[in-house]
Amino acid sequence: MQSLKGIKVVEFAAFAAGPVVGKHLADHGATVVHVESRVRPDGFRAHYPPYKDNVHGLNRSGLYALCNNDKLDITLNLKKAPAATELAKKIAGWADVVIENFSPGTMARLGLGYEELSKVNPGLIMLSSSNLGQSGPHAHHAGFGSQLSSLAGFTHLTGYPGGSPQILYGPYIDYIAVAYGAVAILAALDYKRRTGKGNYIDTAQYETGLQYLAPILLDYKINGRVAERNANRDPHAAPHGAYPCKGDDRWCAISVSSDDEWQKLVKAMKNPAWAKKFTSLDARKANEDELDRLVGEWTRGFEPRELMETLQKSGVKAGVVNRMCDVYDDPQLKQRPQWIEIEHPEIGKMHYQRPPFLLTKTPPGPFKRDPLLAEHNEYFYRELLGLSEEEYKKLVDEQVIY
Amino acid sequence: MATADKKDGLLAPFRVLDLTDELGFLCGKILGDLGADVIKIERPGGDPSRRLGPFYKDQRDPEKSLTWFGFNNNKRGVTLDLEKKEGQNLFAKLAAKADFVLETFTPGWLDKLKIGYAALAKNNPKLVWVSITPFGQTGPYSKFHASDIEIMALSGCMSLTGDPDRPPLRVTFPQSYSWTGSYAAVGALTAHYHRELTGAGQQVDVSAQATLLWAFSHAHVFWDLNRHVEKRAGSFMTGRSITGAKMRVFWPCKDGYLNFIIYGGEAGRRTNQALVDWMDSKGVAPDFLKQKDWKTFDIAKVTQEEIDRMEEPIAKFFTGVTKAEFFKEVVKREMLGYPVASVKEIFEDPQHAARDFWRELEHPELRTKLTYPGPFARFSNGACDVWRRAPLIGEHNEEVYCGELGLSKAELDKLKREKVI
Repeated sequence: MQSLKGIKVVEFAAFAAGPVVGKHLADHGATVVHVESRVRPDGFRAHYPPYKDNVHGLNRSGLYALCNNDKLDITLNLKKAPAATELAKKIAGWADVVIENFSPGTMARLGLGYEELSKVNPGLIMLSSSNLGQSGPHAHHAGFGSQLSSLAGFTHLTGYPGGSPQILYGPYIDYIAVAYGAVAILAALDYKRRTGKGNYIDTAQYETGLQYLAPILLDYKINGRVAERNANRDPHAAPHGAYPCKGDDRWCAISVSSDDEWQKLVKAMKNPAWAKKFTSLDARKANEDELDRLVGEWTRGFEPRELMETLQKSGVKAGVVNRMCDVYDDPQLKQRPQWIEIEHPEIGKMHYQRPPFLLTKTPPGPFKRDPLLAEHNEYFYRELLGLSEEEYKKLVDEQVIY
Repeated sequence: MATADKKDGLLAPFRVLDLTDELGFLCGKILGDLGADVIKIERPGGDPSRRLGPFYKDQRDPEKSLTWFGFNNNKRGVTLDLEKKEGQNLFAKLAAKADFVLETFTPGWLDKLKIGYAALAKNNPKLVWVSITPFGQTGPYSKFHASDIEIMALSGCMSLTGDPDRPPLRVTFPQSYSWTGSYAAVGALTAHYHRELTGAGQQVDVSAQATLLWAFSHAHVFWDLNRHVEKRAGSFMTGRSITGAKMRVFWPCKDGYLNFIIYGGEAGRRTNQALVDWMDSKGVAPDFLKQKDWKTFDIAKVTQEEIDRMEEPIAKFFTGVTKAEFFKEVVKREMLGYPVASVKEIFEDPQHAARDFWRELEHPELRTKLTYPGPFARFSNGACDVWRRAPLIGEHNEEVYCGELGLSKAELDKLKREKVI
């Protein structure tokens, strides 16, 4: 039995911050319905590469696929009030959990705020995930995680000293909010089981991100120190960085946090004469540029995997800098297995991602590929929601279900 | 501010034993923020991670580590030597009544001491046992040692960060521990929900490497679908255009950097128009930008040449703008974009004050109050908050061992003398 089997979730949500919360619930057996419309499909389908073979198509998005396996997909055109509003309420009445990540105020404006929805469904659990929260002077400012990661301090901490900040690839902070959003829903489900009470949950992605920075926030407030980017350096360790290996742009990370570990590294390097100068952490920190250069001269003679294995066997922390073409073949991720290959009608074989936490007695999916746009309209509206054939047909004809 | 009581927390009835090092700190803290009774179990003398800075007033002292303060509040603390027989007995007694055990030991180490999941679940089959390690409980790397940088390397994150002609980078302040701890909490509560319904606990196997796959979103999918390898591109964003065009993300401004991206989609088009209007109000919008038809602008098909031409006047404009001014304008004009904030500017952001985000916790032993990030979510029913500072070494030994396990004072003193606690 899947651990969340029987829980019914509906997502008025798009992109990552809402839908990936739903994905984690779906991976564990919850019935998750992703609501879109042909007027406004999920942004990941509409304009966010990669698309299979670089050919745009609403059912060809790799990122949509990654975030939406094991869900049902229905369309509902919320612009067709009041019929669409009534139908949305009916869907919320069916659900245990509603997830939404519109900009704050949108759901209320559509007549679908928690107050309204909890009238139809008094024990409802609803998560509103937004950039900056549902209240406060900036609440209504919408944005993407790729940029919020800057407001929340992360990119300031990334880069070479004195140089420009560096991007953290995608909507980094969205996936931090995903963990907290999922935690919040699961806690609320448990609370409801014990007390019968539903919940309205407001998560600001900004505030969830700051949870990860608590020590340096304290450091500023107490010591007045503003944490800065400092490449790969670490105050507690040296060497500490990415070191060059054989091959084009190949690297291996190495870190040495104690004098004992340093001696192990020296032994692995076959006791070079220069190592004597670096016996203490203070000495290694004082001459770190030179240390990095000397260690790098030694690492250059190795393939990255060979270096990692040699060092790990010697008791030294080391890890290959995996490239994006390496992660599907990484022996550890493969063994777990972290990826599940499923055939998709327009994408072909796609690696879907398992959760990073594996429940050993109730193992998670993915079991099914992500749905095509509107794929489950008939099944959901007729069989799960119980609309009559006539009602369903009327709503389709009126382009409410569209 | 007046906060709801910890006993009103959403998870108030539950007991958590937290044996983790820094890789798992946040998992226990999250359960504590939700009101669970989290007992941090350290080795006698204190956890080695208390040596991690920064430190209160820069005083290197295991009772003054801000890493410890930041990630272990909302927990009580006891000491216990798990390598001693009597320590193992005490732990088994605690685990018999616990709802969750969180641990970060090398796989197999607790089993060797006969206090692993298999041994302790016999007396308490409802236990949810969360094992958090760099790579997971089984597999070729399961016994590998790793700190933040090796996790960031093996997950692929570093290959995407940094300038193309310089070494790949991690984020300077460790990120992988927090990612792993927070996703471990999702696993813990997924298993918890199942346990409460069925009575069956289980072990949850958390991998830091696997967790960090999410940190960089979908970069790997370009390889899966199209055999294209996304790589680090410095201050630029790649992968948004099928022509391969890259967009500038970071722009030098008067007092630092701004994060602004020429996006497509509805919000992107609106932003581009708003920026041109703003530039125009200062008389610096070139005609070709003013005449651009944003409704037909398609980011997925834009060429590098077109992007470069647009970015040149924008770059010039931003050098005359401050971070604060930019923030004010993006909010007013409903544009996408934010300043690159440091911790200082985060404290100055009025949004946090308006949402009453910060929490002051008493540190009586330091005779002061310290300011912490507040709750991670607001619930309409049940409390989630930050109530108590992190524990001192062995602070709750008597409370837990005498008050709850029923040891006498004399027995406690004996255990102290034998260095079990």
